[in-house]
Amino acid sequence: MTLKRTPLYSAHQKLGGRLVEFGGWEMPVQYASIMDEHLAVRAAAGIFDISHMGEVWVTGAEAANFLNATLTNNAAKLAPGQAQYSLLCNERGGVVDDLYLYCVGKETFLLIINASRIEADMEWLCARHAAFAKRDAVLMNNVSAEYGAVAVQGPRVAEFIDQCFTGSGTIKVTCPTQLQKNEVDIFSFADRDVFVARTGYTGEDGFEIVTPADTIEAAWNRLLEIGQPFGLKPAGLGARDTLRTEACLPLYGHELDENTTPIEAGVGFFVALDKGDFIGRAVLAEQKANGVARKCVAFKMTDKSAPPRPHYPIWSVGPDAKKIGEAASGTQSPSLGIGIGLGYVPTEFAQPETPIEIEIRGRRSPAVVVRKPIYKKKT
Amino acid sequence: MSTQIPADLKYAKSHEWSRITADTAIVGITDHAQHELTDIVFVELPAVGRVVKAGEACAVVESVKTASDIYAPLSGEVVEVNKAVTDNPALVNTDSYAAGWFFKLKLAAPTESALLLSPDQYRQQIGG
Repeated sequence: MTLKRTPLYSAHQKLGGRLVEFGGWEMPVQYASIMDEHLAVRAAAGIFDISHMGEVWVTGAEAANFLNATLTNNAAKLAPGQAQYSLLCNERGGVVDDLYLYCVGKETFLLIINASRIEADMEWLCARHAAFAKRDAVLMNNVSAEYGAVAVQGPRVAEFIDQCFTGSGTIKVTCPTQLQKNEVDIFSFADRDVFVARTGYTGEDGFEIVTPADTIEAAWNRLLEIGQPFGLKPAGLGARDTLRTEACLPLYGHELDENTTPIEAGVGFFVALDKGDFIGRAVLAEQKANGVARKCVAFKMTDKSAPPRPHYPIWSVGPDAKKIGEAASGTQSPSLGIGIGLGYVPTEFAQPETPIEIEIRGRRSPAVVVRKPIYKKKT
Repeated sequence: MSTQIPADLKYAKSHEWSRITADTAIVGITDHAQHELTDIVFVELPAVGRVVKAGEACAVVESVKTASDIYAPLSGEVVEVNKAVTDNPALVNTDSYAAGWFFKLKLAAPTESALLLSPDQYRQQIGG
């Protein structure tokens, strides 16, 4: 299979990025060092190519109603200029994808979906659309190939991001730093409309910028130029993964899949049971009311050990020690200098401070369940 | 990129170096290997007394992203391991040919070293 390349491919080559396969895409895992890139985002700023992510327009008089019947969060709460995290579930409450929903007009929504799920999402969205009574008043358009995107993340980003855009936003704010968390506006860059959202996947303040594909390299270069005095570094998928793991943000294919519900995954906050019916609601309502048998927990290694990795077995401790689950994600935490991870365990082991063990190459090392997030940004 | 390949060492295709003196060899991983792995955060070494065969996986290095096996370049008994490198795995990144050594072998078959790569052959292999 030929790997897909983002419009920033040559920019990554110029910067010496190490390109690897990720979900069918050839992406930079790192430029110089995952550790340095991670710490740059925690202390200053990093810029990530997220052009592989998918974009889908959902528009029309019934767009909000269609989204509310299809996604878990309440789209009706969004005014133009607001964004929300939401999930696309199947009838069993299993997660088809997790996504961001931008409301840029009363009848105009943009879905930002995972690269590896674009086809699966479109198949499911089209099936739901076909089953939606007022489908004639909802238009869906997968424009993933027409857009590029970057995430600019870190505590110093707000010091330079406004320099990238001259005019006001067309929805409500005059500059990106006026956006609150989970707000979005449309700015002009190189005479093109670009979406700027105060969102991210690192646990830090930051912005995600979606532009027409032919404009993304100019935006990338401009941001690198204006961010450089503030310590902005290009950062790869390696740092993106360690940052989101510390922040306990789920990654599709690790914490989330079609056999896992948002309640089990610990993102039940984004399931709005009070908005009327939606796909998966029956199962999710039952789980919210009666609890779930297994939960996604965060854990830290307590002794010096090799870092945990995905699929390493999780054990209970004591005389009846047994295998109780497995790690979904695991890495060395660059911020904390110890091994950390996320994994599914029976609910009785999900309380913070529950001792557990992680099996690493046949030997068990002590760990402890901790409250999420593992790393919280300094305020 | 100028990777270091000291002239007085022998190399394995799997990126270990050996400093051979009579019937012992000190083993570590090359500058090229540490550069490829980047940010080494954990090193697991074989137990002293373990007998290993050439090509046998006997140590593990972990970077932030992945775990990689390290292979014994020669057959023999592990007679010493570098505790400094398990305490401070970053030594592999900063000083891969000296302070970042892994273990010392008492060689079972010193003639095996003829099968290892010369510095020039190793440079060719990595395209340096």
